[in-house]
Amino acid sequence: MLKKELGLFLLIVVIGGVTATINPQFLSQVNLMNLANQIGLFGLFAIGEGLVIITGGIELSVGSMFALLGIIFLDLLINYDLGWPLALLVTVAGGVVLGGIHGTLVTRLKMQPFVVTLCGLLLYRGIARWYTADSTQGFGYGGGYENLEWLMSGRSYNVPHTFIFLVIVAAIMSVVLHKSVFGRYLFAVGKNEEAARFSGIPTARVITTAYVLSGLLSGLSAVFFVFYTQSVSPSAHGNFYELYAIASAVLGGCSLRGGEGSIIGIVLGTVLLQVLQNLVNMLGIPSSLNFAVMGAVILLGVLADQQLQRRRQRNIALAGAEARNLARQSSAGAAA
Amino acid sequence: MAETLLELRGIIKTYPGVTALDGVSLSVGKAEILGLIGENGAGKSTLMKILGGVVAPTAGVIVVDGTEFPTLTVKEATKAGIAFVHQELNLFENLDVAANVFIGREPRRGGILNLVDEATMHARVAPLLTRLGVDFGPGDSVETLSIAQRQMVEIAKALSLDARIIIMDEPTSSLTLTETERLLGVIAELRADGVSVIYISHRLAEVRDCCDRVVVLRDGKRVGELAKAEISHAAMIRLMIGRDLKSIYIQPKTVPQNAGLDVKELVTSAFPDRAVSLSVRFGEILGLAGLIGSGRTSLAETVFGVQPPVAGGITLNGTPIRVNTARDAIAEGIYLIPEDRKRCGLLLDMPIVENISLADLDSYAPMMLVDGGREHKVAEEQRRSLSIKAPSVDTKAITLSGGNQQKVVLGKWLSMRPKAIIFDEPTRGIDVGAKSEIYALMRALADRGVAILMISSDMEEVIGVSDRIAVMHEGRISGFLDRKDFSEHNVLMLAVGHTGQEDVAAHA
Repeated sequence: MLKKELGLFLLIVVIGGVTATINPQFLSQVNLMNLANQIGLFGLFAIGEGLVIITGGIELSVGSMFALLGIIFLDLLINYDLGWPLALLVTVAGGVVLGGIHGTLVTRLKMQPFVVTLCGLLLYRGIARWYTADSTQGFGYGGGYENLEWLMSGRSYNVPHTFIFLVIVAAIMSVVLHKSVFGRYLFAVGKNEEAARFSGIPTARVITTAYVLSGLLSGLSAVFFVFYTQSVSPSAHGNFYELYAIASAVLGGCSLRGGEGSIIGIVLGTVLLQVLQNLVNMLGIPSSLNFAVMGAVILLGVLADQQLQRRRQRNIALAGAEARNLARQSSAGAAA
Repeated sequence: MAETLLELRGIIKTYPGVTALDGVSLSVGKAEILGLIGENGAGKSTLMKILGGVVAPTAGVIVVDGTEFPTLTVKEATKAGIAFVHQELNLFENLDVAANVFIGREPRRGGILNLVDEATMHARVAPLLTRLGVDFGPGDSVETLSIAQRQMVEIAKALSLDARIIIMDEPTSSLTLTETERLLGVIAELRADGVSVIYISHRLAEVRDCCDRVVVLRDGKRVGELAKAEISHAAMIRLMIGRDLKSIYIQPKTVPQNAGLDVKELVTSAFPDRAVSLSVRFGEILGLAGLIGSGRTSLAETVFGVQPPVAGGITLNGTPIRVNTARDAIAEGIYLIPEDRKRCGLLLDMPIVENISLADLDSYAPMMLVDGGREHKVAEEQRRSLSIKAPSVDTKAITLSGGNQQKVVLGKWLSMRPKAIIFDEPTRGIDVGAKSEIYALMRALADRGVAILMISSDMEEVIGVSDRIAVMHEGRISGFLDRKDFSEHNVLMLAVGHTGQEDVAAHA
């Protein structure tokens, strides 16, 4: 299982190495810290997306949630003069509620995750644009949230807090996904929901929880992004970001059919994506090719992975045949 | 009998370890309705698959219009005029009637554009529908049709292929009484037009009413034939039963207790107008027999909570319990070994150890985190006591044989605290050696005081393993049998819907 992650890690090292050889600036402290910040920002909600994908679902509304929740956060903080702890809490709670609604629609009303979250994507973006009359919102000249600003966009020992936060969340979620009862249930539901139900697993609750966790992490990310961009323009803020998350998860070994994936894989997937973006700048490739480079690498990566999978399946089939032969021989031996 | 259309000579079909057909010969005449009967697993379906070209016989000859074939392909079968009306209908619900009739051989127009010629299609289907006297048109969507109407679409499709022999496998199993009568009427008209029908059914009354001749299969052998005048209930049943049942009964070591699992007036969603009551005592094995589709699996899944009950209740050890989900049932100690173990019983891609701990994971995780060491210890115990043949408990379930997969499902429940276990077709697709191991395990569980309900379509298993037998027929219990009354004859009579035995005695 760890082989996949190791392969991804080596790929990142090779790409990084090649980039550094061509342009040594890649390894400069400024660039690395910038890269770490990007990884922290984009890794956080990719973990949530990964959890949803492991259940066999998908969450498409992340980018629009950033716009809507970002607007709400700024509105509460600046226009309503709410204290920052409360504004933060309300924003994160907003993410939790939206995730809960998505999960409920998927599990109780049996709607398709793609449809539910696609409607979320349209709905939240639309509400954000209507509420602000499409005008960009910013911090203005207010104050009183310097602590939060330091927490969300500052650095300690030169390491961006976004990155530190990602490491902490990834560590916690690793334990949750790979060691806890909930994590095991998540994989079971993603692999075979019917068998999970026949084993007494509360499948609806497990799936809903995945959407809620994704909403929670999206709510947190929304605040991180507000401090990163310093303003929210409702029609563009967070556009396509759900696709980054899906790409990270898929690169990191999550199958869109569900039941497969790991936190370390998702994080490494994010690292690879951000390294690719960074490489486009570093190597002087026209930045308009940014998306094309990402698309090509993901396509090749998934293709290579599929070939490896096929070989693995063949090996499983062979092992199965061998085990059955063994069983037959031993039972024949017992009979004799 | 008129001229022979089709003849099967000495058909043998063997699968690894099983002989499905053992030298069966059969002929169908022009404009003849041939009944084909036999118990579950007697070989009827295999024989028909050979006729349809789906399965190749191991030995034997198929003679069509005087030409001998060692095996038929689907194409040859269709060309010979053999058509199927399937038990589970093979129609495309999203297309209309005409499109279904002409699926795969649509008339074309428009040259290079290769468009479907809807007008021609409808014009050619309409007379077929008139001939069958149906109340829907070629343009109706199949989605909106009832099962009986869909069957007529299948028959229209067969006729459009110029079928001379139509094979109907349990065509009336989901029809109402009037729909059944209509179908029998259509069959009679087909015969008048010179079409032959092979009619497979468990419903002996229909067979008696409509067939010109009946061939009976048992254990893959042809055991008899009845001419029109000889067809009677008693004669058919006499031929269907009567094989030697090996004695596989294991004497219980303990006497069953009075208390147990009681199902009271339980109504399942499969038969919303029928209530079922039965009780399984702690320490006994109650066999639940019946024909396929008689509602046994629905009953099991409702008791286990994966299907919501329509009405009625369950008591365990005298206390009424509420079971709305499988989680509720499991908490009470009621477990189900499902019929389809690959779909419902196992996580095939996961190792044995994770399959065994799955239903009881909370008890391995006092602090929310799963204790892998304890998990392995328990799985290892189950592997040893059930002798699951696998290199280790980390082996994925998908690589195991059917018998060993079933033992993993069993291990999942045995590692917990069973009070009642429902086995749904416990030995389907399992080799003989593993079968007797599973029977021994069931008896050992009963001796430990577990109530065992065993659903089985295998007569040998039902009679050989059970302490008592309940028989279901179309959603209700048609009777109970004690060991002294066990016989294939008695089980089968109840399974086809007789509630007493006087009827047979009178006929015999």
